Amino acid sequence: MTTPGTPLTLTTNPWMAAAMIAAIVLTSTTGEVLTAAAMKSIGDLDVIRARSGLKGAVRAVLTCPLFFAGVFFLAVAFFSLLFALNHLNLSLVAPAAASLTLVTNAVAGKIFLKENVDRRRWVSAGLVCIGVYLLAH
Amino acid sequence: MGQHKLLPRQYLILGLVSLCAPLGDSCLARGMTTMPTISIAHPGALIAAVFTPWVAAGIALLIGFFASYLTALSWADLTFVLPATALGNVIVALISRFWLQETISLERWAGIVLITLGVGFVAQGPALTERPAPVDEKPKLEEPIVTEAQPR
Repeated sequence: MTTPGTPLTLTTNPWMAAAMIAAIVLTSTTGEVLTAAAMKSIGDLDVIRARSGLKGAVRAVLTCPLFFAGVFFLAVAFFSLLFALNHLNLSLVAPAAASLTLVTNAVAGKIFLKENVDRRRWVSAGLVCIGVYLLAH
Repeated sequence: MGQHKLLPRQYLILGLVSLCAPLGDSCLARGMTTMPTISIAHPGALIAAVFTPWVAAGIALLIGFFASYLTALSWADLTFVLPATALGNVIVALISRFWLQETISLERWAGIVLITLGVGFVAQGPALTERPAPVDEKPKLEEPIVTEAQPR
């Protein structure tokens, strides 16, 4: 119960905590999928660097509009993380966001990037997801 | 699916991704927890937080992470890079145990074992999904030369 005049603390509201973590997971998944799509469209950066130097590699990345769309969502995810860390414990935010992002990325990678997410990758994502959760407790 | 095996230099890039991300996050956490509480009504305080030493150090490490991450994504799948770089969590836990002398519970050791298994599992597979070559780039078979029919 909050007394009149007392500001509502986000830390004590589990729905707000869930919303903060969901915001991090959704924006970082969107950003990572867009960034991965951008890098696949650009091609192997090591090859580009060998052919056109570091400037050529940087130019290839900075002239890709998809890359900036990805960076925008990753920036939103970053500020959502900063905001969440200010209200919640790192031991809650980091494992919850990291493990949920692994699963959402596997699903998004299969649907949007058409990656071959075979049984090996699903099992691996599952093991890492549970491992990250246990590591933070 | 072909076996896209990685070069030692590419493993080094994955190692950088693994290390920079958890170390950067730890610096951010250190910086943000020592700051006064920021309310939704004053989001500008988040911008000011960027210029504090711990948050700035965290951002520098995360820039290193991002550069290595982009390089890794240019030659490997997203669903390969993410689990493969989760080893960073294990490295941070081991540093806290053997350098900072922190106690690691049985649950945490179980987490370390699971992450290591998961990373080893995905690392044995191909790093990149093979895609069929676009139809335009396929070598053309001998096609008969079509000429316009001459009107008689």
